[in-house]
Amino acid sequence: MKILIKNGRVIDPSQGIDKKTDVLVEKGKIAKTGNCAADKETKVIDAAGKIVCPGFIDMHTHLREPGREDKETVETGLRAAVAGGFTTVCAMPNTEPACDTQSQALFLREKAAKLGTGTVIPVGAITKKREGKAISQMSELKDAGCLLVSDDGSGVQDAAVMRRAMEYAAMLGLVVSVHCEEKTLAENGVMNEGYWSTVLGLNGIPREAENIMIDRDIKLAELTKAKLHIAHVSTKEGVEMVRAAKKKGIAVTAEATPHHFTLTDEEVKTYNTNLKVNPPLRTKDDVEAVKKGLKDGTIDVIATDHAPHLESEKEREFDFAPFGMIGLETALALACTELVDDGYLTMKELIQKLAENPAKILGYEKGTLKEGAAADITIFDPEKKWVYEKNKIRSRSANSPFIGRELKGKVTDVIVDGKIVMKEEELV
Amino acid sequence: MKKTVVWEKKHLLGIEELSKEEIILLLDQAESFKEVVKRAIPKVPPLRGKTIVNLFCEPSTRTRTSFELAAKRLSADTVSVATSSSSFLKGETLKDTARNLEAMNIDMIIIRHSCAGAPKFLSECVNASVVNAGDGSHEHPTQALLDVFTLREKLKKIEGLKVSIIGDIEHSRVARSNIWALTKLGAKVTVCGPRTMMPAGIEKMGVKVTCDVNEALEGADAINVLRIQLERQKQQLFPSTREYVRNFGITKDRLKKHAKKDILILHPGPINRDVELSQDAADGEYSVILEQVTNGVAVRMAVLFLLSTTRQIIEQAQKE
Repeated sequence: MKILIKNGRVIDPSQGIDKKTDVLVEKGKIAKTGNCAADKETKVIDAAGKIVCPGFIDMHTHLREPGREDKETVETGLRAAVAGGFTTVCAMPNTEPACDTQSQALFLREKAAKLGTGTVIPVGAITKKREGKAISQMSELKDAGCLLVSDDGSGVQDAAVMRRAMEYAAMLGLVVSVHCEEKTLAENGVMNEGYWSTVLGLNGIPREAENIMIDRDIKLAELTKAKLHIAHVSTKEGVEMVRAAKKKGIAVTAEATPHHFTLTDEEVKTYNTNLKVNPPLRTKDDVEAVKKGLKDGTIDVIATDHAPHLESEKEREFDFAPFGMIGLETALALACTELVDDGYLTMKELIQKLAENPAKILGYEKGTLKEGAAADITIFDPEKKWVYEKNKIRSRSANSPFIGRELKGKVTDVIVDGKIVMKEEELV
Repeated sequence: MKKTVVWEKKHLLGIEELSKEEIILLLDQAESFKEVVKRAIPKVPPLRGKTIVNLFCEPSTRTRTSFELAAKRLSADTVSVATSSSSFLKGETLKDTARNLEAMNIDMIIIRHSCAGAPKFLSECVNASVVNAGDGSHEHPTQALLDVFTLREKLKKIEGLKVSIIGDIEHSRVARSNIWALTKLGAKVTVCGPRTMMPAGIEKMGVKVTCDVNEALEGADAINVLRIQLERQKQQLFPSTREYVRNFGITKDRLKKHAKKDILILHPGPINRDVELSQDAADGEYSVILEQVTNGVAVRMAVLFLLSTTRQIIEQAQKE
């Protein structure tokens, strides 16, 4: 089947394209970017007024399968991903059991392949069972399709273990994605430490818990020559350290989440447990620093840290609720509002951070509209206003503080490997 | 001419959310109830037919008894639910517990909980009025009201007073509620304690911060000495009780050297005698600790009374 996407504004940062033109898809691949005519067998999508770009790649998703299928599954997670324009997600390994063997990684990939609604790149654990003690069998994980390793959910506390893990990953060319949290400083904390934690009487997590680990891991990356990726950077100092490391030529990249560039710790004053995330929401200065980091390229990637939790788990006292919020379906709209409208990023730069850069960091062949590439395409209306409603959420969980909020920018059509999986805002 | 202030709040979750006028209204109301509690038969009928639940998810003697007496003196029916006997132990959530209680047709829930924000969460789950009787390190509004009431009664004003709060500020809901109440009423507040128990950004609440207890005593009209929780020593927040006493203990000797002669001494109780407060200072002539307890009942009567009148108005409006 052939698909012709007509009249859209095609943005493909990997080829430096940003113009009104057509994209032709044939046999699951991009056949041509440029003006095309449709023949009888061609299905035409009119993308007038919309942006046509490579499908987004989320470097940080929690699919919860296996183990917590009551919160999310590969199937529901990929549906949420598609609704948000993501055609590939990196599934974090903090499942039950943790993804630390070949069979676990293969299970995720095969499950996704069967569904055909998107690609799952399994993230292998850095250490066996994510215990932070012994490095995992990274070579076998790589063969099973892991492009990166992470112990996300917690950081590897032991510096010597981390050093060995980075050396080993460097040998294999695997990216090491790090959740930077010094556990003893963060212990018992439930929100950012500062004026608001004091007023609210909630235990604070000092920014230094994150900063110390970012500093350590950058130094270890310098020592080991590993490809280091700092997950969900949330502090001003963290952004500065990444900036300085890049200047020095250390192989470090970084991601920021939509909630960390949109919300501050002041919002927690409602005690809304959907605002309980790790790292915690920080101050206005930090939000500004993250946005500037995105603008000047210090932060390469926008990733969601989509973290589904049950309503019954979140309808608790703030101290007792788990950390995390979902984010796949709101990421684009928040980025359009907070980053593009406010002049931090151009639309092309935004797509770079959602598609091209993740692919580059991972050494992944997607994230482009080049001829011959697999046809993963996202089409969205950057001006469309919509309200994020609870009953329309595709994720199995609904733990989002953005429910009820009017957002701008909506994905309308998505193509995965040449197959239309979302059409006019409806999943096929 | 006094400005007429109308009480419109359905819940009392903290002092932060109250205006100066609302605090004064509560204090004035408490004053008239203080007359009631001193009567031979200290009982009036305004809450007859109302049911109030004391939901105490953390141990408390003084506050629970005080609330219970306040409710009874207003002729309300009261029920006490303590953690040890409740279904929390069976894994029931706070939301379910509250909704089950409400299904028994109650009017008000007084909650004490170890988690900050629990009363606010509760107020979103039920239709009943919610009174915060202390939530984690967040607020303890009725304690602050009775402290301010006691100060006003003794010193005839709050505006311009210098009040120092001494002890573990970080983990103290009494400190936070007192800071809000005192600063809203125009007092100058100093907080004093070890650096390890001083929360981040507290100065932005409009207080002076010091780790020198003598400085905190200097020129103060009153001090509010907080209970030091001895289990904090396990968390390495102070090295030993001896060292705490040496640096922060309030003794008659220290008062003589550094404080005004007629300095008032408040303590929210229960006291660790000869730790944060020496025996002679706790029982000295300027200690108002027991009066605080007496005033607590009157203040809590005022809170229950005002909240229930608002509820009556709201319910009336809903019927019409």
